[in-house]
Amino acid sequence: MNNPQLNKHGELQHLLTTEGLPVRIMRDILDKASTFLDGEQGDIRKVPLLQGKSVFNVFFENSTRTRTTFEIAAKKLSADVVNLNIGQSSTSKGETLLDTVDNLCAMHADMFVVRHSTSGAAHLIAQHVAPEIHVINAGDGRHAHPTQALLDMYTIRHYKKEFHNLRVAIVGDVLHSRVARSQIHALTTLGVPEVRVVAPKTLLPSHVEKLGVQVYHDMEQGLEDVDVVMMLRLQNERMQGALLPSAQEYFKYYGLTQERLAVAKSDAIVMHPGPMNRGVEIDSSVADGSHSVILPQVTFGIAVRMAVMSILAGAK
Amino acid sequence: MKIMKIHIKNGRLIDPKNKIDAQQDVYISARRISAIGAAPQGFVAELVIDATGMIVMPGLVDIAARLREPGYEYRATLESEMGAAIAGGVTSLACPPDTDPPLDEPGLVEMLKYRARSLNQARVFPIGALTYGLKGAELTEMIELTEAGCKAFSQADATLTDTRVMMRAMQYAATFGYRVWLRPQDSFLAKNGVAHDGEVASRLGLPPIPVIAETIALNTALQLARETGVLLHICRISSAAGVEMVRAAKREGLNVTCDVSMNHIHLTEMDIGYFDANCHLSPPLRSLRDKAGLRAGLMDGTIDAICSNHSPVDDDAKQLPFGEAEAGATGLELLLPLVLKWAEQEKVALTDALSRITIHPAQLLGVKMGHLSIGAHADLCVYDPKAIWKVEPAALKSQGKNTPFNGYEMQGKVRYTLLDGQLVYGA
Repeated sequence: MNNPQLNKHGELQHLLTTEGLPVRIMRDILDKASTFLDGEQGDIRKVPLLQGKSVFNVFFENSTRTRTTFEIAAKKLSADVVNLNIGQSSTSKGETLLDTVDNLCAMHADMFVVRHSTSGAAHLIAQHVAPEIHVINAGDGRHAHPTQALLDMYTIRHYKKEFHNLRVAIVGDVLHSRVARSQIHALTTLGVPEVRVVAPKTLLPSHVEKLGVQVYHDMEQGLEDVDVVMMLRLQNERMQGALLPSAQEYFKYYGLTQERLAVAKSDAIVMHPGPMNRGVEIDSSVADGSHSVILPQVTFGIAVRMAVMSILAGAK
Repeated sequence: MKIMKIHIKNGRLIDPKNKIDAQQDVYISARRISAIGAAPQGFVAELVIDATGMIVMPGLVDIAARLREPGYEYRATLESEMGAAIAGGVTSLACPPDTDPPLDEPGLVEMLKYRARSLNQARVFPIGALTYGLKGAELTEMIELTEAGCKAFSQADATLTDTRVMMRAMQYAATFGYRVWLRPQDSFLAKNGVAHDGEVASRLGLPPIPVIAETIALNTALQLARETGVLLHICRISSAAGVEMVRAAKREGLNVTCDVSMNHIHLTEMDIGYFDANCHLSPPLRSLRDKAGLRAGLMDGTIDAICSNHSPVDDDAKQLPFGEAEAGATGLELLLPLVLKWAEQEKVALTDALSRITIHPAQLLGVKMGHLSIGAHADLCVYDPKAIWKVEPAALKSQGKNTPFNGYEMQGKVRYTLLDGQLVYGA
């Protein structure tokens, strides 16, 4: 089966998932991202790499942060940006997903940034559009969120330099998380020898160990001696589906506190894809503490999204 | 169409019921099989079909083919799907009751039978709804429905969550010796699920349907069958664990039978690949181990029949992200080649393999089709076992063009289909 995100020359045609993404392309993206960042605090220069190109942010599911960072990234590349918050409205009007995409193609889009609540939506769109159009998956259902994972990899490389000597723990609702799936594939592809997931059994997909991770249900054991802690957001609706009894109980056993973090390595970094639920999955003192790299993640995210867009625009 | 005397000559005749696999001619007159081997005295054929190099067999009996009438004519019509049936050599088919409205009223069943009969292409045996509107609350008029032509009663894919209603439905059906067909799936465990709860669903982030959704419902159905003595048929078994439960029930002497869809003996969750919505099926494609378990169930007779589970879906309902796409695939035209493919892979004798799509399903339906005994209805399929063809959606007669086998090479092509002693299809 052909990898649908690579063209016949093995170059990046779409960015749909970190699964099966060749390590050379991942490294190219990270290297390219660093060229957009000046200095330690990361000022981002505007460059003309996407001048005359139209980037359509097509969000079938609401998002503020991801859409905004994509918009900033596209504008820093001098692209024309069109934002469409489609939500549920077009489907309720009877227009199918592919009808919507055809209409946008007719408006001469060069690149689509797509978010959708159903797994596989970005793949469907990528298979449908003309070969000169590129698709970036900005999150599809529980499946993938590759730019988030890549910005996380950038962040890890920024602070830890290498991947091959790290122990990483991903904590929280792995079951529903596209971020976690993309992080796991990215980490294993880049050679991280030990990736852990830490969660109660109700928040882990079956056969999760087949993804190449070690499963922990105990927070202290899961965080012991790790270099990187990647927290996941816990959606409030999880309490309704009999997955968890309460946010309070969750925080009591799986919330990241200073005390729990103490079992990790002394120079461990703490990441979160945002938006955070303070007091549910993470304590404020950790979120704002010295180990936290949550705000730099956001800045790096812009550079990584610029890198992805510019590499796609250069692909034949 | 004129009633003709037909002579099918030089073919290899395979009739599983009568254990025939030999070079034998078939003679048809007055809509019936009049002789096998030597011509009856004074027989003068009005039509001679030369079946040299071909296999002559009873017309296929497919116990699960959705025709989408009434209610879903935009997906398929009786005309289109009956055309697909005879192109696939299928001369008898059972249709599940999940039409709109469901087949819960004798009038609806009579109308369907009437429409089908007037097309004169394949025999249609409706399966009646077990409960009104398939809602799982009130029993349908099973006697009336049976008189209208229903051969069994089923919930199709609609679940029956109220165990007491299920028990009473079985008791009532058992009173009159009616068959109850159930597809075992626990609705709570399968809620919102679109794919087998395994490695692939976990990787792709697809909401899962675990095997226990099948085995828990199956356990309930088997226990109730034991209690009520109903003739229970398990539809579309999908897991190795489920097969094992049916095997044990049969060993125990329970009056239970079982079928599998042709998709599930060839495909697994891996075939979903990158979200191929053609592989969004109900029940879901399961693991390699489950596929092996289903094949083992066929080998030892735990699974009695293979069906197409023909469920035509229109493009608009399929060209959606995997989880939003409607489950189902077209199948009538692929049933024979896929059974042949399975038989070849597993080294199953043709008489045994073809029994799963002729006499066995006919017996499950309680109809007299599926064999070529002297005096039987002359429903036949003549196919070329060497013909190789590629599945191309546009070439399919079915209005549903979606199938996971799109682009696959098939071996075995139907050349002639005879229904009730008349040639209804020739290619």
